[in-house]
Amino acid sequence: MNTVEDAMKPPAGGREVPLKVRLRRAERARTLGYLALIAPLAIFVLLIFVWPLISLLQRSVDNPEVSAALPRTVAALHGWSGHELPGEPAFAALAADLEALKGTSELASAAKRVNMELIGFRSLLLGAAREMPLAAGKPAKDAMIELDERWGELATWQVLARNRASVTPYYLLTALDFAIDDTGAVINAPAERTIYRAILVRTLWMSVIVTFWCLLLGFPVAYLLATQPPKVANLLMILVLLPFWTSVLVRVAAWIVLLQNEGPLNTAMVRLGLIDAPVQLVFNWIGVYIAMVHILLPFTVLPLYSVMKGISPTLMRAALSLGCPPFASFWKVYFPQTLPGIGAGGLLVFILSMGYYITPALLGSPKEQMASYFVAFYTNETINWGMAAALSTILLVATLALYVIYARYFGPAKVR
Amino acid sequence: MMQKNDGEVLVSFRNVQKTYDGETLIVKDLNLDVRRGEFLTLLGPSGSGKTTCLMLLAGFETPTSGQILMDGQLLNTIPPHRRNIGMVFQNYALFPHLTVRENLKFPLAVRKMPADEIDRRVARVLAMVQLEQLGGRYPQQLSGGQQQRIALARALVFDPKLVLMDEPLGALDKQLREHMQIEIKHIHESLGITVVFVTHDQSEALTMSDRVAVFNHGIIQQIDPAITLYEEPANAFVASFIGESNSLSGTVEQLNGEHCVVRLDSDARVTARAANLGGTGTRTVLSIRPERVLLGADASTCENRFSATLKEMIYLGDQIRARLDVAGTADVMAKTSVAHWDSRLQVGDRIDVGFPVANLRALEPM
Ligand SMILES: Nc1ncnc2c1ncn2[C@@H]1O[C@H](COP(=O)(O)OP(=O)(O)O)[C@@H](O)[C@H]1O
Ligand SMILES: [Mg+2]
Repeated sequence: MNTVEDAMKPPAGGREVPLKVRLRRAERARTLGYLALIAPLAIFVLLIFVWPLISLLQRSVDNPEVSAALPRTVAALHGWSGHELPGEPAFAALAADLEALKGTSELASAAKRVNMELIGFRSLLLGAAREMPLAAGKPAKDAMIELDERWGELATWQVLARNRASVTPYYLLTALDFAIDDTGAVINAPAERTIYRAILVRTLWMSVIVTFWCLLLGFPVAYLLATQPPKVANLLMILVLLPFWTSVLVRVAAWIVLLQNEGPLNTAMVRLGLIDAPVQLVFNWIGVYIAMVHILLPFTVLPLYSVMKGISPTLMRAALSLGCPPFASFWKVYFPQTLPGIGAGGLLVFILSMGYYITPALLGSPKEQMASYFVAFYTNETINWGMAAALSTILLVATLALYVIYARYFGPAKVR
Repeated sequence: MMQKNDGEVLVSFRNVQKTYDGETLIVKDLNLDVRRGEFLTLLGPSGSGKTTCLMLLAGFETPTSGQILMDGQLLNTIPPHRRNIGMVFQNYALFPHLTVRENLKFPLAVRKMPADEIDRRVARVLAMVQLEQLGGRYPQQLSGGQQQRIALARALVFDPKLVLMDEPLGALDKQLREHMQIEIKHIHESLGITVVFVTHDQSEALTMSDRVAVFNHGIIQQIDPAITLYEEPANAFVASFIGESNSLSGTVEQLNGEHCVVRLDSDARVTARAANLGGTGTRTVLSIRPERVLLGADASTCENRFSATLKEMIYLGDQIRARLDVAGTADVMAKTSVAHWDSRLQVGDRIDVGFPVANLRALEPM
């Protein structure tokens, strides 16, 4: 380094611009050119992907309802210890808020939001609002407790106080089957309300199985593609890409026709005497796995193929000439060099299956529904953006974690 | 160090034929003996079937007919990994996921040698190719020349019976190539191994080999030591492929033992040495090296003397090359030292030219 720099230095005493500066200037125009080339895509990705992603992540912690509907109460609860019932000013503030907002949708959405955490709160709040204004001359605290004794319970006020803030961990915790108890500590959710961990584990497990089968079935195909003469390889490649030519829905419908109890597969097996009665092949795990592996197979074949294409066939010959038997040569010399392809193809399929929705939804039973199904359920049916966003966030984090592991063990720096 | 055991045959090809497509024979009836300890080069133009011969020997291709024997044992049915033949590939074929040392250990580990023996051998070959410090590097961290040496070391480390090299120096620049030629030659001499080397570069073949087999169209044209190939080419192809040579065509008029009289197409008669000729009346090609052509006063005592026209002179520092029109044949090249050259000569002048009988060979035409 030094010697080059020394050699390139301008003659002593010269007032010339240093070489490094000149180099940077010369490169600047080129850099700008590159920037201009990628700018359209960068802006597109920013608007269409990054921005929605960030707002989605934000939705998973967003908590505007209570602070918007009950501003006076929120202010009055500021600094409340949480160990005993709040004083008269908090009750008065709540009464004033309820009176002001009586019958509005803002109040309804705040009631719905808090009801997620405390069952029955919705009717409690809306019932109280109906009774407003309170009769004059009595302290608001006594009057409210008289309306419903739950206003005298600590838990009622704690849940209100917890939701003063405009961000909440509630959705993310719920999506991992955690809950917050009355003291504000994080605990495991009660057994009858735990479903999400099982769904996440199921999602991961189904993705692992799909990835495994895709790699197992894709590897020999990719090997064949990479080693056959071009004429055969091109034909094979068309067959591999064939699934891409039709929409996923059409393929799913085709699988239903093919796999149903009265379908050709079952009929043929019964006729051949392989089975006595039709086997349930669809609307259960078999159908989901068959269709997902079929749809995702090209995503393992293509990266494997491109990696295998770059492996020189003389390496295998070299191993043989050094005395290594054929299978050992394949295993010790060829296979290690396909690892980047296995990593890339596996990761691609795994990530795609983690987000799979339509295939399990159409071909599976309720037992095969993956995380995305519940994201769709919360966005389409219950309009619970917080839960939908929280589940998506957890999927995203799981995917990123996997990618980090991939980069650590299969990344370009690791593989030679 | 093994003693060179001249004459003992290690490998022999017997009537070997090879075709890939069932139409054209890439190797036509190959009969070749490789002697133990020799450095044999297969030399020929690209596409002449040299690599195919090597692949037949290594076991990556099977002969369409004929036999290949090694140490008297029929090789045809032995798979490549049990032949114990080392091979250096043109693109080196080092394993990219293994370090240099692991590459060298590979053939030894496959043979289940004890660890200390493996280490000893690896250290020895690394020292032999003078790359002791680079054992921990990966192949792509080495220069082309270093990779070449490691490939060589890997082919030698397990003491194979025979080492095959397929244009191993083709990817190196000229200077490095010449250096490696000498180095490989020295390694061959010091280890006493048997090497079959493939190249299309004649100077490489002449530099390195004990014997050279000249290939063309799947047939060995001649197999001889370098000096015989150059001085006594067996046919017109060898004469023109090895070094530079002038060709004059004519018809054989008389055959008397070693010598013959040939009538050139311009009706001039010359006497030449007969090599592999048909009978009288057959066509022949006369071949003479440019440095054997005598000029001016030197030609005066020569039996085959002609008056020629000087068409061009090229000054090469230590030598002068002259292009001449001789007896109706254009572009006869002559080469002479500057000291011998008559500096008064101009282009267009007449000059005496002699073809010494001993150096003028009448060959079968191609
Ligand atoms: N695997 C193969 N399949 C079909 N033809 C081949 C194959 N290998 C070589 N050939 C043909 O055989 C001929 C000789 O090739 P090769 O032995 O590589 O020659 P060289 O090494 O002398 O250049 C060429 O015409 C080549 O096209
Ligand atoms: Mg070749």
